[in-house]
Amino acid sequence: MSACRDDDPRIIGIKSKIRVVPNFPKPGIMFQDITTLLLDPKAFKDTIDLFVERYKGKNISVVAGIEARGFIFGPPIALAIGAKFVPLRKPRKLPGEVISEKYILEYGTDCLEMHVGAVEPGERALVVDDLIATGGTLCAAMNLLERAEAEVVECACVIELPDLKGRDRLKGKPLYVLVESH
Amino acid sequence: MFAAENGLKGDPRLEGISKAIRVIPHFPKPGIMFQDITTLLLNHKAFQDTVDIFVDRYRDMGISVVAGIEARGFFFGPAIALAIGAKFVPLRKPRKLPGEVISEAYVLEYGTDCLEMHVGAVQPGERAVIIDDLVATGGTLSAAIRLLERMKAKVVECACVIGLPEVKRLNGTPLYSLVEPREIEHCC
Repeated sequence: MSACRDDDPRIIGIKSKIRVVPNFPKPGIMFQDITTLLLDPKAFKDTIDLFVERYKGKNISVVAGIEARGFIFGPPIALAIGAKFVPLRKPRKLPGEVISEKYILEYGTDCLEMHVGAVEPGERALVVDDLIATGGTLCAAMNLLERAEAEVVECACVIELPDLKGRDRLKGKPLYVLVESH
Repeated sequence: MFAAENGLKGDPRLEGISKAIRVIPHFPKPGIMFQDITTLLLNHKAFQDTVDIFVDRYRDMGISVVAGIEARGFFFGPAIALAIGAKFVPLRKPRKLPGEVISEAYVLEYGTDCLEMHVGAVQPGERAVIIDDLVATGGTLSAAIRLLERMKAKVVECACVIGLPEVKRLNGTPLYSLVEPREIEHCC
C-alpha cells in the first residue's frame, strides 16, 4: 500500500522535493534523486515522521537499512521508535563474521551482507531503503533477516516504481511507501 | 578536541559509547585494529547518546549544513541534521551522485580516491559541520573540507565519534571527537 493520506500535505511536499535525473546511471533510466529532499529540513523531517508515526508502538526492535541510501532514512527512524539499527552492506565492508545473500541484477549478480549476531531470533524487523524498483535488493535483505530468524514485519521505502512490480517480490510481506513514480 | 576536554569530563554517556564500540583485529588487512561502530548502532541508548551529544553542541551555532561522508557518516549525520534543523548533504564516492557534482581527490596509502558533492547543495556563506565515524589520517575529512570551501561554505568544525589525540585540527578546521580508539582487552 502507499501512504493512505494522499491528501496529507506532507506527502505532496515530499514528492515535490524529489528530483528526477534523466539517463542516470545509464540511458533510459529516470533516476529518482532523494538528495534534494535531504536539503529541505521540513520535508526530510516529514518523511521520517510519517514512518515513525506508522511504526512507533508496534514492538519493532530492528530497523535494517540497505547501503547506502537506506543508511540515511533508517537510523533516524530506529532512534525515534527505540529500535536498533542494522546496516546491510555490500560485500567486504562489514568487519567480523557476516552472512551473505546473493541476488540477481539485470546483468550478473550482487551480494548483501549482515553481521552475525546483529539480530536475535524472534525480533520484529523493518527493512528500509530509499526506493523499491524490481524488489531484488529488498528480497535479499528480507532473506538475511529471516535467516537470522527475525520476523520481517514490513518493508518501507520513500519511493516505489510500481510498474516494475517489486511489491510482488517481497514473499508476501507488506510494503509501505510514501510516493509512487510511474 | 575530545568531548571530555570540552565540558563533558566524566559524562557517563561517553563511557557507554566507548564500550559499545567493537575492535576487530586485522581488518581490512593485517596490523589494522578496526574500530567497528556497528555495535554502537545496536545499542539504542548509546546510539541516541552519541547523536544527542553532537546535537547539544551544534544546535546553537547557526549551522545550516551537516555533511556526512559515505557511508558511515550517513549513520550519524542525518539524525543530527534533523535535530538541529539543518540540511543533510551526502559526500559520496565517485559516480554515485546523479546530476552535476564537484570532485576532490585525496591521497590513500596506495593511490588516490575521490569524494563528490552536488553542485548547489550548499550556498556561499552557509555554516557547515562535517561528520564521519572516525578520523584516521584525516585525508578524507580534508577532502570534504575542501569540497565545502570550494562552494564557499564555512566549515565550522569536523565531528567524529572516534578521534585521535594527535589530530586536533585539519588545515585549521577544529576537530571534535567523543572517544579515543579502543584497544583490545588482553587476557592473561
